[in-house]
Amino acid sequence: MNQIPANDAVVATTNGITRGEVILEATDLVRRFTAKGEGGLFAPKKTLVAVDRVSLALRAGEVVAIVGESGSGKSVLSRLLARIITPSAGTLALRGTPIDLRSRRTTAYANEVQLVLQDPFASINPVRRVGRSLERPLRIHGTPKDQVQARAYEVLESVSLTPPQQYLDRFPHELSGGQLQRVNIARGLSVRPKVLLADEPISMLDVSVRLGVLNLLRELCDAHLLAMMYITHDIASARYIADETAVMYAGQVVERGRGTVVIDAPVHPYTQLLVSSVPDPDQLTHQEHRATTANAVGFNLEGCRFSPRCPHATELCHTSEPPMVELEDGHSAKCWLVADAAQRTAVSMRPGPSSEG
Amino acid sequence: MRRFRLPGTWKVRVGYFLLSIFILFTVIGPWVAPYDPSYTGFTPDLSPSSQHLLGTTLLGQDVMSQLLVGCRETLVVSFVAGVIAVVISIIVGLTAGYVGGKTDEVLSLFIAVFLTLPGLVLLIVIISLFPQGQQANPLVIGSVVALTGWAWGAKVLRAQTLSLRNRDFVEASRIIGERRWRTIFAEIGPNLLPVLASSLVGTVLYAVSVSTVLAFLGLTPITTWNWGTMLYWAFANNAALAGEWWWLAGPCLAIALVGTSLALINFGIDEYINPRLRVGNLSNRERKRAGLSRRPKLGFTPVHRVTPVIGAPVMAGAQTGPEVLATEATASTPAPREDHP
Ligand SMILES: Nc1ncnc2c1ncn2[C@@H]1O[C@H](COP(=O)(O)OP(=O)(O)OP(=O)(O)O)[C@@H](O)[C@H]1O
Ligand SMILES: [Mg+2]
Repeated sequence: MNQIPANDAVVATTNGITRGEVILEATDLVRRFTAKGEGGLFAPKKTLVAVDRVSLALRAGEVVAIVGESGSGKSVLSRLLARIITPSAGTLALRGTPIDLRSRRTTAYANEVQLVLQDPFASINPVRRVGRSLERPLRIHGTPKDQVQARAYEVLESVSLTPPQQYLDRFPHELSGGQLQRVNIARGLSVRPKVLLADEPISMLDVSVRLGVLNLLRELCDAHLLAMMYITHDIASARYIADETAVMYAGQVVERGRGTVVIDAPVHPYTQLLVSSVPDPDQLTHQEHRATTANAVGFNLEGCRFSPRCPHATELCHTSEPPMVELEDGHSAKCWLVADAAQRTAVSMRPGPSSEG
Repeated sequence: MRRFRLPGTWKVRVGYFLLSIFILFTVIGPWVAPYDPSYTGFTPDLSPSSQHLLGTTLLGQDVMSQLLVGCRETLVVSFVAGVIAVVISIIVGLTAGYVGGKTDEVLSLFIAVFLTLPGLVLLIVIISLFPQGQQANPLVIGSVVALTGWAWGAKVLRAQTLSLRNRDFVEASRIIGERRWRTIFAEIGPNLLPVLASSLVGTVLYAVSVSTVLAFLGLTPITTWNWGTMLYWAFANNAALAGEWWWLAGPCLAIALVGTSLALINFGIDEYINPRLRVGNLSNRERKRAGLSRRPKLGFTPVHRVTPVIGAPVMAGAQTGPEVLATEATASTPAPREDHP
């Protein structure tokens, strides 16, 4: 189906990268948005924490899936990692080198970390031929003019758009959604990034082509030791592709785990809700889960964010935020239900609500 | 590479044809005019003849010569006005749309004020501020007309920029590391072209009528020749009442034709610049020959297809060439997307 050239023509793997090496590491990333409050000109400003102390490591040759409902901050997180928006707090390190987040995003960074946007129909300039959209990043990142076309052919082949010359001369509206998403991915890959952030790469696609794109991403990741972040609504596709899964709720990672443990044995009530709304996780279904949205109920900003919707919420959940607790190797959850008894007593003995995470 | 192709529909072609004739006369008009337009020695009040193609005026002047000479001033003033207005509207509209915030609020207010001001009154006031000698200068008249005509274009450009600014492909261009100014001009710019072009055409049209009205009302010097002053003299001498139709018909028809040509061109701009409307890059005739609907149906995405099957239902956007649509590797059945049921 999607044969990746075995000779690794697309991304050199011999850059001294070893499988499993941490490429991009984020620590306690925070992003706040201030919005004008309701009630006229002089209303107080409202602050929305779109991403709240998220730590994440993307490793070479591995896929980290970020799952969560709409508005949980997944796209904001991906933009933070791509550095097209600035974090309010937190640090980023690329291959161990800390990045000054107040400085401008450099071309070199753009070269290493690429983001593939959610909507292929919107993210390719409609008035340009596909070839131009593909060749621009190559030109920006210093591919000599006479090699640009050869390279464009190469990446198109790597995303199974063959023969490539047939696609370069077309306008975006002349391609199907699946082809367009491949072009979109090809653009991200063309500059040989080390990190690929894919924001819901299959959500806009027809069910029939979803699996193809998923397989393609997985193979690219394996073949070229890409570190990939895969954002999705669809928990079944996360289970299918990911080496590690993180569940986001209201800007926070509430549960994470290696392999399929998060989906097969979820401990956080929110993850349980997500998983239970998918009919059969063994099959890749196209059904989007439709839980009540968080906005309908509102977040709890003091205690556990999920407590207003949580069937197991206790007094403690409403007043203080649970810590991230490691349950077993590589599986942790941010929930008082699983928190260690010692931690609970420590918190409940303190006078005020804690904001410690 | 694809051939350069003039826009397809007959309307647009007629528009370009008409406009190019007027532009030709703008350049060569004064040279090919048979007589001096101000010379009063002919027999007055002659109806059109081979000697005087559009007859003569009550004062014994040749109408054809006036029309040809006047073409230059009318069109130069209009295009100067159009270009200046578009430049102002780009600056104001793009800034308001791209920068946003307080800047946008102030500029939007500014635009709204200029939209609601009675343009002609403002023009009369401003024109009267200039010294007599300057009032005939096409640059001066053009700029003043532009001053009252830029606001509509700015409003449209602002709206368009606002909607483009947050589009994913603009963000995508930043993601690949494109510089800011390149993002604005190379990514947003081309998407503004249809709006720009039609706003240019619209303002030129506006300027033709406004400058004519100004001259007709005698607010700009009546000693130079343009279509407005021709009408001024015709009405001053009661041409309409005296039945001297040829005196009026020339300038009126010329203005109407310029207007028509611009309107026709405006029809085609969208089709020409928006590749989505340029179905399969085929001309109308080629499309017809391929048995396809002549224009894309609203709301249907034209789709590249294999050469249409004879006898199959009519489909939009076929590809007549050897290019074959690659079916998705994973698609189960590549069901044809059709225009008509
Ligand atoms: N530029 C912005 N200004 C203000 N608020 C924003 C901005 N961008 C995002 N937000 C808010 O941040 C929150 C998270 O948004 P985000 O786009 O990350 O959600 P998401 O998880 O990607 O959702 P979806 O699955 O629907 O794409 C939302 O509440 C959104 O309203
Ligand atoms: Mg999103």
